[in-house]
Amino acid sequence: MIEFIQGYYAYIFLAATFTIGLYGMMMKQNLMKKVLGMSVVAACTILFWIVSAYKEGAGVTVLDPRYGVENPELYLNPLPHTLMLTAIVVAVVTLGVALALLIGIYREFKTLDEPTLLERMK
Amino acid sequence: MISSQAPVLIPITFLFAAMLVPLVGSVHRAAAHLTAVLGSALALYFSVIGMQATLAQGRISYHIAGWMPPIGIEFVLDPLSAFVCTLLCGVTFIVMVFGKRSVEYEIPQKEIAFYSLSMLLLGGLAGMVMTGDLFNLYVFLEIGALAGYALVAIGDKRAVVSAFRYLVMGTVGATFYLLGVALIFISTGTLNMADIAELMPLVQDSPAVIVGLVLIVLGTALKMALFPMHAWLPDAYTHASTTATALIAPIGTKVSAYVLLRVLFFVVDPDYLRNELDILAIIGYLGAIGIIWGSIMAICQSELKRMLAYSSVAQVGYIAVGIALASPLGFIGAILHALNHAVMKCCLFLVSGNMRLRLGHSSIPQMTNGLRKSMPWTSAAFTLAAISMIGLPPTAGFFGKWYLALGAIEQSHWIFLTALLISTILNVAYFFRVMERMYLKPQETGGVDYSEQTIARNEAPASMLIPTLFLAISLLVLGFANAWIVTNLIVPMIPGWL
Repeated sequence: MIEFIQGYYAYIFLAATFTIGLYGMMMKQNLMKKVLGMSVVAACTILFWIVSAYKEGAGVTVLDPRYGVENPELYLNPLPHTLMLTAIVVAVVTLGVALALLIGIYREFKTLDEPTLLERMK
Repeated sequence: MISSQAPVLIPITFLFAAMLVPLVGSVHRAAAHLTAVLGSALALYFSVIGMQATLAQGRISYHIAGWMPPIGIEFVLDPLSAFVCTLLCGVTFIVMVFGKRSVEYEIPQKEIAFYSLSMLLLGGLAGMVMTGDLFNLYVFLEIGALAGYALVAIGDKRAVVSAFRYLVMGTVGATFYLLGVALIFISTGTLNMADIAELMPLVQDSPAVIVGLVLIVLGTALKMALFPMHAWLPDAYTHASTTATALIAPIGTKVSAYVLLRVLFFVVDPDYLRNELDILAIIGYLGAIGIIWGSIMAICQSELKRMLAYSSVAQVGYIAVGIALASPLGFIGAILHALNHAVMKCCLFLVSGNMRLRLGHSSIPQMTNGLRKSMPWTSAAFTLAAISMIGLPPTAGFFGKWYLALGAIEQSHWIFLTALLISTILNVAYFFRVMERMYLKPQETGGVDYSEQTIARNEAPASMLIPTLFLAISLLVLGFANAWIVTNLIVPMIPGWL
């Protein structure tokens, strides 16, 4: 059990944080908190990709004469990290659109609290 | 020459048009609309050429910047994606022609933003259809989705709130999809779909791949509004402007359904999917529940656009049932129904746009038989599309349902067959309710003379009426040509193992 936790502690941490983010998105009544939850979920997904490519003691994917090419364990796969640059941009843009929509909602209804909002929309 | 570049030309055309519209619009306002129309016409031309080439010589693969597939990014045009892409570009072109007056009336002063965003949406959707790479699919999915949120937000007063809900649900879907791709990437080490399909038999028993698949299916199901995940759809469709709805409703959910089809039938090992994993059965039952639930909810609505939105939930269910059957007949049914539903739902939304322009509302209880006199062609188009939705031959809607029913009978899936039949009766209920008001219900005689002579002919302008009628007539054409479509277009795209 201890070994399992030691081996997968990053994934366990990410799973817990992802759940917290989802909880925030679904259950919180303040729309701003929903956006915060969304941001947490997006960050978790990005970290998941990065953690999955991490290797203890490995270096960058540039051929290093000291290590040679015999042992691939010494080289990281750079692809997930590079892909996550795109995913970070997408997450930031989503956050921006969400905040812009929140500003629109606030201007229109003068509240960000969901029950109040539903009442004012009638 | 063009045909070998077609896979990448279509999304690029849309993305380029999206950038061109604000530039042109800042010089001359009216030119923005023209640019959007021309952009979609060009994309339609490319997709038709691409489809001809695919049918003649098979799969076209384009390698971005000359890098070969497992490492480089691949854009693929095979019979399935060429067909979906042509459908998508065709519908867009018609809606863009329709859009001019409707956009001016419903969302004045926001035309340039609207056309730019709609081109961006289509660029994203076309990219989703073309790409042969799971991560690229995510990026295009988000491009399309972000443009979709903004398009929904440009609408009436409540549109911002429904756009926010759409954004929250859509982001959850996209995040699930990205997590699923991560798990599959960890196990196979590649993102190219064809490559994953080859490696899949080696790794498919590992829990990581199973969880990844489930997450991908969950994410796409959220995007295509499969039954319990459809909550964002009715609000988003109702409060957005008619033209935006007519773009998102027929195409957006279809493209997500296409992704589901692509992942389940072309990436995963088929025997495994059939025998070991019950994802297909679950999708099918959710679809069947969605068919009934969407139809019942549609009966309860008093606003035409909202009714059509709930009806969309039901129609997505048909496609899900077709996917779940996993047989040639089910596959034909799903694709044919996607085509028919895109055309008829687009036609119905255009009708609601015509009504909003001339009557100022599209609320069903306020309709009277004056409509038959004042807007005869719009009413006729509505009737034809409604008959097609119900599924009466010889309109197109019948044949999609016919293949689905045959597929259900072939595999003795009586639950699916029952859902199909019950929903047909429910469809009759909610469409005849509108038609009864349009053609039969007399107007209240409140002192004013409402006799037939005094009702002025107040038909929608030609730029809106012609697209509507064109779609309505093409429903008949699709119905009569369905045998040709199935043998020439749909049969070549059925994957070999079915």
